[in-house]
Amino acid sequence: MGIGSDMYRQQILDHYKNPRNHGRLDEPTFSHTGENPSCGDTITMDVQLADDGETIERVAFSGDGCAISQASASMLTQRLPGTTLSELEEMDTDDITEMLGVDISPMRIKCAVLARQVAQDGAKIHDGEIEIEKTKTEDDD
Amino acid sequence: MYATNIGFVGMAGPKTCCAYGRNPRVMEVQESYPVDVDSLRADFPILQRKVGGDISTPGEGDDDTVPLVYLDNAATSHTPDQVVDAIADYYREYNSNVHRGIHHLSQEASVAYEEAHDRVAEFIGASGGREEVAFTKNTTEAMNTVAYAWGLDELGPGDSVVLTEMEHHASLVTWQQIAKRTGAEARYIRIDEDGRLDMEHAKELIDDSTKMVSVVHISNTLGTVNPVSDLADMAHDVGAYIFVDGAQSVPTRPVDVEAIDADFYAFSGHKMCGPTGIGALYGKRDLLDEMQPYHYGGSMIRRVTFDDATWEDLPWKFEAGTPPIAQGVGLAAAIEYLDDIGMENVQAHEELLAEYAYDRLNEFDDIEIYGPPGDDRGGLVSFNLDGVHAHDLSSILNEQGVAIRAGDHCTQPLHDKLGAAASTRASFYIYNTKAEVDKLVDGLEVARDLFA
Repeated sequence: MGIGSDMYRQQILDHYKNPRNHGRLDEPTFSHTGENPSCGDTITMDVQLADDGETIERVAFSGDGCAISQASASMLTQRLPGTTLSELEEMDTDDITEMLGVDISPMRIKCAVLARQVAQDGAKIHDGEIEIEKTKTEDDD
Repeated sequence: MYATNIGFVGMAGPKTCCAYGRNPRVMEVQESYPVDVDSLRADFPILQRKVGGDISTPGEGDDDTVPLVYLDNAATSHTPDQVVDAIADYYREYNSNVHRGIHHLSQEASVAYEEAHDRVAEFIGASGGREEVAFTKNTTEAMNTVAYAWGLDELGPGDSVVLTEMEHHASLVTWQQIAKRTGAEARYIRIDEDGRLDMEHAKELIDDSTKMVSVVHISNTLGTVNPVSDLADMAHDVGAYIFVDGAQSVPTRPVDVEAIDADFYAFSGHKMCGPTGIGALYGKRDLLDEMQPYHYGGSMIRRVTFDDATWEDLPWKFEAGTPPIAQGVGLAAAIEYLDDIGMENVQAHEELLAEYAYDRLNEFDDIEIYGPPGDDRGGLVSFNLDGVHAHDLSSILNEQGVAIRAGDHCTQPLHDKLGAAASTRASFYIYNTKAEVDKLVDGLEVARDLFA
């Protein structure tokens, strides 16, 4: 294998270097933070819902960590507006790898899905379904 | 040191002469390494394999196309054919449960397993022999054995356990939690900017309240070689014991527990050419004698009634249940293998590669290296490449076949102190070469290009 990379295609690197919707929303409907202890990735997702209380209108993220986690969060902020909370809840790992457009090695999957997990947990806390302070992916170290 | 010409001519070029001396594992001349790397590599078929394909089917497949460069030896070393054969011979020839069997196979297995303890004792300079060496699952279990068997009984409010900021979680978390349970205080000796222990701070912390000093011999993150003998003196001056975590030292240099005057010393088999699932706890005989068992069950008892039980002699008191017999046989074979090479030569090779790697990485302004200078460290180098997360770097290196470790290396508080969530660690063993270090350095260039 020469120069180049399977996992680090241009899209991932572009989103990592130029994150979209990076920062905080002024008036989010809900905010939630999660971390990936073994990587030190942290992500906060701010979500603003439309008046129907169901449709996602705007999303922003902040945090830092590896390229996979940050690019995934950046892409998710573009992907989510227009979808509903129930559609968010149904997003699975395959949806994330499809969104990223690359095969993510098994050890890095939790980096890739952190942003989705944070958004989903944030929505569940908003709905009163769960009570957690912070999302934590499992540490395998 | 066996290599008489220390001019580093590199590993390239055919070997024209094999001037084997009395030690067949060591080249007397012609090679640039303290050990005969070419000859050693032939004992490790795994080093010849290619990687990069489907990981759901272990072993080299058609889609594995990238030669492996294995630089993750501080996590686990590879296993030479001699050790694999010893384990296979055990299972094929004399597999049996130990201690209680009268039958022939059990006697063979028992002798081999018990003699493995003697072999370990000899290797680390424990003159008390097998009675001072209990086999455990790994270093972590050895640490927990003392923490539970000694710590829970002996520690209480007003007592302190002195650790270092560079402890592996095996030591740090274990004593931290035992301290919480007993009301004792956990204290941490500071590290200085070079990643060495602040010995003045150690003097302040180790006082009359101190009952245990638990220190890592060689930091698995910084590569620092700690002055464990001095720390042992400081501990003993206040009547405390010292536990030395030798996970990174026993595999990589000569260790003499009595010269150090360690009360307890522990290491793992899988980092020194041996199998996983076995480690050893050394303890001074009188201390092990006084200690209660950690695990209860079969094999560790002498007499049991419905009301009470008495314990088997050392070291079996600390080896409840069927012990790691095959692993013990494998560990003894690993020690045999390393002794043939000579631990002084292993150390010289480790230091050569560590210094080479340090110097090569130090050429770049965008690399931060953690720990002491290249000429004063164990065989590993942890670093970060500016702008590239350690896990991204590890993934990119992996795509080039370079196996390094990225993460917190089980030293999260130390990483907090370093201000890094994670780091990248290259760690070396007897079969590594400078050419492999060069591959690592070349791989960094790929990461730079991608992330530029």
